[in-house]
Amino acid sequence: MEYTADEMMIVSAARALSNSDVCFVGIGAPSAACNLARRIGVPDVTLIYESGTIGAAPTLLPLSIGDGELCTTALTTVSSPEMFRYWLQGGWITVGFLGAAQLDRFGNINTTVIGPYHKPTVRLPGGGGAPEIAALSQKIYIVMKQSRRSFVERIDFMTSFGFGTGGDDRQKLGIRTAGPQLLITDLAIWKPARNTNELQVVSLHPGVTRQDVNATVGWKVKYSEVVTATPAPKLRELKILRDLQRRTREAHRGQRVRD
Amino acid sequence: MKLVQPLEQAIRNNVWNGCSVAFEGFTHLIPFAAAHETIRAGLRDLTLMRMTPDLIYDQLIGMGIARKLIFAYAGNPGVGLLRRLRDAAENDWPNSLIIEEHSHSAMANAYEAGASNLPFAVLRGYLGSGLVDVNRNVGSVTCPFTGEVLAAVPALRPDVTILHAQKADRHGNVLLEGIIGVNKQAALAATRTVVTVEEVVDDLHCHPNACVLPAFTIDAISIVPGGAHPSYALGYYERDNGFYLAWDAISRDRQRFLSWMEDNVISATPETFLKRIPGESH
Repeated sequence: MEYTADEMMIVSAARALSNSDVCFVGIGAPSAACNLARRIGVPDVTLIYESGTIGAAPTLLPLSIGDGELCTTALTTVSSPEMFRYWLQGGWITVGFLGAAQLDRFGNINTTVIGPYHKPTVRLPGGGGAPEIAALSQKIYIVMKQSRRSFVERIDFMTSFGFGTGGDDRQKLGIRTAGPQLLITDLAIWKPARNTNELQVVSLHPGVTRQDVNATVGWKVKYSEVVTATPAPKLRELKILRDLQRRTREAHRGQRVRD
Repeated sequence: MKLVQPLEQAIRNNVWNGCSVAFEGFTHLIPFAAAHETIRAGLRDLTLMRMTPDLIYDQLIGMGIARKLIFAYAGNPGVGLLRRLRDAAENDWPNSLIIEEHSHSAMANAYEAGASNLPFAVLRGYLGSGLVDVNRNVGSVTCPFTGEVLAAVPALRPDVTILHAQKADRHGNVLLEGIIGVNKQAALAATRTVVTVEEVVDDLHCHPNACVLPAFTIDAISIVPGGAHPSYALGYYERDNGFYLAWDAISRDRQRFLSWMEDNVISATPETFLKRIPGESH
C-alpha cells in the first residue's frame, strides 16, 4: 500500500511508545502519533496535554491542546500551576514530545525568532511549555520534517535546551534528565551518539537514501555504524491513521466558519 | 445581586488607560466578549499578560490597545502564527510593543506566587534557555538548604483579571469547570476581577472540590451567553475550530483585519455573542 513520508513519520513515532509511557503531547505530528499508538497496541499509554488533561483519550485529533474532548475524555483535568509543578517538575513525564522551527545537530530547539531577538525577521510563537518540557521530561522525542530551513548549523535562538554543544553540557547545567533520545523525521530515525550526543541517523525509511537525508540537513550528517531500514507502515497502521485524520478533518470542517 | 452589571459598565468601572490586565483562560473560557468591550471602550497603553495570547490578544494588539505584552506562547493554536502580533513585533504596527517573554511554567508559577501573596516564584526552570538573556525578569535564587540554583520570576499581580466562566449563583459565587488553566490564580492575584458568565443560577450544584471563586473575590459579573466564542465553554458550546482556521486569512492583511473588527467588534454588542455559538439561530 502506498503511503506518504508524513505517514511514515507518524507511524514511526507511534511505534516508539509503550504502555508504561506517560507522554506530554504537542499538537500536530506528536498528537497524531500518540493517538495512533493508543489504537495500534499500546492502549495504556498515558497522554497528557499541556492544558492540564491527564489521561486524555480523544476520539478525534484535537486542533488545539485545549480542545473540549481532551478534557471530557481525560481521567482528570488539573490547573496550569499543578500541571507544571507537580506533574512535569515532579518528574512523572516519561516522554516529552517537541517540535522545532529550527533544530541543530545537538537537538537544541528554536521556536522563538528567526533573526535577531530584538528585531526578528519572523516572530515565532515562543517557547510555551517547551523550555521546561525539554529539561524536566525523563526523555525527549522530537518529531519534525527535514528541511535545510529547519535543520540548521546554528539556531537563531536557544528556546529549549537539547545537548548544548554536546557531551555532558546538560549535566553541567544541573539538568538531570536524558534529553533528546529520538528524532523522528519524514526520512529517518536519529539517536544521539554515545559520548558526543550528536544526533546521528540510525535508520532510513524505505526508499530514502543518504543523499536525500544530506540534502535536507544544514550540517554534515553523521551515520551510525549500523544503519537499519525502518519497517514500512503496516496496512493496519495506515488504515487507522487515515481514518483518524479523515474524521478529524470532517469534524473541523463541520464547525462554522464565519468571516 | 449587586455584582451583576452590563458588560460596558463592568469594563468601564474596572479597566482604565495604562492598567495591567490579564484576560486568561487556557484555550477554554477565553473572555472574548470582555476583550471586545475593552476595544470599544477605546482604552490605551494596557499591559496585557496571558500565558497563550491566542486570537484575543491578536485582536487587542492589532487594535492598538497594548503597550506591553507578557506572554509565553503567541500562536494560533494548531493553525500557525498570530499575524497581528507578528506585525507589531516585527514592524511596530499599529504601535511598538514591549515584550516580556516567559515560559508557560514560569507564568503559571508567577500567577500562583501572586495569588499566594509572595513577591516571586521559584521553579526549576529556564535551564539552558536563551530566554534568560532577553528577559530581565528571569532571575535566580539559591536554595538555602541544598545550594541548588533555581529560577525565580516576579509574582504576576495584574490590576485586573478578566475571566469567562460557566455560571454564577445569585450571590455572585462563580463556578469554572473543565480546563481551568491559571484562572483561579490569576483572579486571586489581581487587584480587581471581572467575570463574564453564561448564566446565573440558583445553585451551582458542584462537587466539594470544584473550582469556585467566592463572591468576595469578584468585583463585577456580566451575563454574556456565548462570551467565550470562538473559544468555548464546556457544557455550553464547543470550540469553533473553523473560526480559528479562518482567522489566519482574516488577520493576514491589515485592512481586512480592520474591516472585520469594524463589522464584528466596533459596531457589535455583547448580545451578538449568543448568535455566534452553535445551536443558536441568527
